[in-house]
Amino acid sequence: MNDMTLTERAVNATDCKITARNVQVYYGETHAIKDVDVDILDKTVTAFIGPSGCGKSTFLRCLNRMNDTIDICRVKGEILLDGEDIYDKRVDPVQLRAKVGMVFQKPNPFPKSIYDNVAYGPKIHGLTRNRAELDEIVEASLRKAALWGEVKDRLQAPGTGLSGGQQQRLCIARAIATSPEVLLMDEPCSALDPIATAQVEELIDELRTNFSVVIVTHSMQQAARVSQKTAFFHLGNLVEYDETDQIFTNPTDPRTESYITGRIG
Amino acid sequence: MSDATHPAAHKSPARSLHQLDARTKRRNASERRFKVMGIVAIGIGLAFLVLLLSTIVINGSTAFQQTFIKVPVYLDPAKLDKSGNRDPDDLKKATTFTYAPLVQNGLLEVVQKAGFGSELSKSDMKNLISASAASQVRDRVLADPSLIGKTVDFEIFASSRVDGYLKGRVHRDEIALDKNISVAQLDLVDSLRKDGALHKGFNWTFIFGADASDSRAEQAGIGIAMLGSFYMMLVVLVLALPIGVAASIYLEEFAKKNRFTDLIEVNISNLAAVPSIVFGILGLAAFIQFAHLPQSAPLVGGLVLTLMTLPTIIISTRAALKAVPPSIRDAALGVGASKMQSVFHHVLPLAMPGILTGTIIGLAQALGETAPLLLIGMVGYVATNTPEGFWDGFVSPNSAMPAQIYEWAKRADPAFYERAWGGIIILLIFLLGMNLIAIILRRKFERRW
Repeated sequence: MNDMTLTERAVNATDCKITARNVQVYYGETHAIKDVDVDILDKTVTAFIGPSGCGKSTFLRCLNRMNDTIDICRVKGEILLDGEDIYDKRVDPVQLRAKVGMVFQKPNPFPKSIYDNVAYGPKIHGLTRNRAELDEIVEASLRKAALWGEVKDRLQAPGTGLSGGQQQRLCIARAIATSPEVLLMDEPCSALDPIATAQVEELIDELRTNFSVVIVTHSMQQAARVSQKTAFFHLGNLVEYDETDQIFTNPTDPRTESYITGRIG
Repeated sequence: MSDATHPAAHKSPARSLHQLDARTKRRNASERRFKVMGIVAIGIGLAFLVLLLSTIVINGSTAFQQTFIKVPVYLDPAKLDKSGNRDPDDLKKATTFTYAPLVQNGLLEVVQKAGFGSELSKSDMKNLISASAASQVRDRVLADPSLIGKTVDFEIFASSRVDGYLKGRVHRDEIALDKNISVAQLDLVDSLRKDGALHKGFNWTFIFGADASDSRAEQAGIGIAMLGSFYMMLVVLVLALPIGVAASIYLEEFAKKNRFTDLIEVNISNLAAVPSIVFGILGLAAFIQFAHLPQSAPLVGGLVLTLMTLPTIIISTRAALKAVPPSIRDAALGVGASKMQSVFHHVLPLAMPGILTGTIIGLAQALGETAPLLLIGMVGYVATNTPEGFWDGFVSPNSAMPAQIYEWAKRADPAFYERAWGGIIILLIFLLGMNLIAIILRRKFERRW
C-alpha cells in the first residue's frame, strides 16, 4: 500500500504552528494524557496513530478546546498557537475554534441545505458583508473540498441527503469556510467506503498547501499515505514523534515497532 | 482453539430443519402466548374506551337539545315605559317582576288556543316555562326598545321537567310526588306540541351561556366557564412555556452537573407527581391569602396551573433536548459557534417537535384539572355574565369547564346531570383539538437527518 503515496508537493513546512509542552489531561480521576510535548508544523499533515483509548482523540480535542464541553475534563500544561497560550484566561474558545477548525469522525452536516451548512461559519463570524461575498466563500470552500462539481446544481438540497463521502467533504468545506489556520480531523474516513476515503485523502493532501492539518487515524496506511509527520500515542503517552517515513521504516521505540507491525493494538 | 477438534459428545445429532425440536416448539408457544395476551390487553382497553365514549355521547348528547315554547308577548308600553320616552335608563327601572305578568298573559293565550285554560291555575302554567323567561324578554327589550308596544314571538325555554318529558327523562307514572309537574300539565304539553307551539331545538345557550341557579337548569350553559378556561390557558401558555423551556435549556445545556443541579432535577421529577390539590392549597395560601390576588379569578387559576404544568413541560423539553444527537452540537461548536448559538440555531429547532408536544400535553392536562380550582374558589355559580373587556376576563370571578362539570354533577335536578355529560363532550372536543394541534405541529417541525 505504501507505493500509493500521493504526489509530492513542494511546501515550505518549517514554521511551528502549535507547540504543546507538558500537557496533562484528566477525566475525573483518570489521567488520560501524560506529559505530551509536540510541535505541529505549519502546512504539514501530522498524523496521530495509536491503539483505541490511547488518548490521540483526546489530545486532538485539546487543540481547539473541544474538551471544554466535557465537565469532568481538566487540561494542564501549555499549548501555544503561534506563540499564544490557548488555555489563557483571556482566550474565548469561540475565537479559537474559528482559527482551529474541526472535522469529526462521523459526518455531521446540519439538517439544513448544503449552502447553509457551508455558509453558517462565515455568517456567525461576520466574515462577509453581503450575499455575493457569502456565495463566493461557499463556492470556494466547496471547490477546495472537491464537492463543488457534484452539488453546484442543488445547493438548496438538504446536506443530510448526500452520500457519506459527500457529507464528510461537506463537513470539510464547512470547516474551511471560516478560513482556519489549523484543521483538526478526528478519524475523518472511518465511516467512509474506500472510494470516498481516497477522495478525502486526496483532499487532505491538497489542503496542506493552505493549512496545517492534524489527523487522527486508525489506519496506518492512511497515516503513511497522507502525513509528513506522525506521532504514536500509547496509553496516554506520546511514544514517538518523527517524520512519517522514519516512523514506518525505522522506529526507535520498540512499542512503535510492535504497533506498526500489528503486535499491539 | 480453532484447530482443536470438538469432542464427539458436543456434536448434536443430525436433525432435519423441517422438523421442530421440542425446545423450539416451546419457545414458539411462549411467543404465541405473549402475543395473545397483548392482543387481549389491547382489546380490553379498546372495549373500555368504546364503553366510555358511548356512555358519554348517549348521556351528553341530549344536553345540546332544548325544548322551547313559542309565546307571543304583548310588550305593554303602559307598564314597561311609563314616561313614554324610551329612555334606556328609565326602561331599566322595569324589573323582571314587571315583565313576568306579560309573559304569563302570552302563555295563557297559547294555552287557551290549545283548548285548555280553565283547569290549570296560573302557577301551574308558570311551571311550564323557565323561571328565566321574564329576564329573557327584558334583555331583548333593553337591547331593542323599539319593540315596546308590539306583540313579539319569544322562544321561551320550557322548564326542565317539560324538557325532560320530551327527552324521555320524565315519565307520567313517576311524577306523582313531583310538585313541579302534574299529569294535567303533561297533557297540555302534548297538545301544545301538536300545535307546534312547543318544539325541540338546538341549545346554543348551553354552549355559549352562563351557569344558572339550581332552579333554572334549562338556562345553564358552559360558555362562560369555557371563557374562564380560555383565560387560564392563556396565563399558563404565556408563563409556563417560556419559563419551562428556558429552565430546561439552562439545565440541559449550560448548567454544570453537580449535586445542586442533581437536587433540582430530582425535585422537578417529584413535583410532576405531586397531587394537584396540593398546588391548589399552595395557590390559595400564596396568591390569594398572601399576595391578595382576587378570589375565583382565572389569573390565579392560571398561576396555579402554571405551577402544576411546569414540571411536565420541563421534563418533556429536557427529553427532547437530550434526543438531539450530540454530533450536531459538536458540529456547531467546531465551526466556532458559541454555546448559545449552537443551542438556538441547531439544537432548539431540532427539539421543537418534542417541546411543542410536551407543552400541549401539559396544557391539555391543565385544561382538565379540577381539584386546585376548588380551593381557589373557581367552582360553582360564580359568573353570570361575560367579562367586560379582555383584561377583565383575567380578574373577574369565573369558573372553568371541569369545575363547572363537577358543579353540575352534584346538583339535584337531573337536567344538570345531563348538562354535566354534555360539558364532558365539549371538554373532550377541546382536548382532542389540542392533541390534534400537537400532532400537526410535530409533523410540521419534524426534520429528518
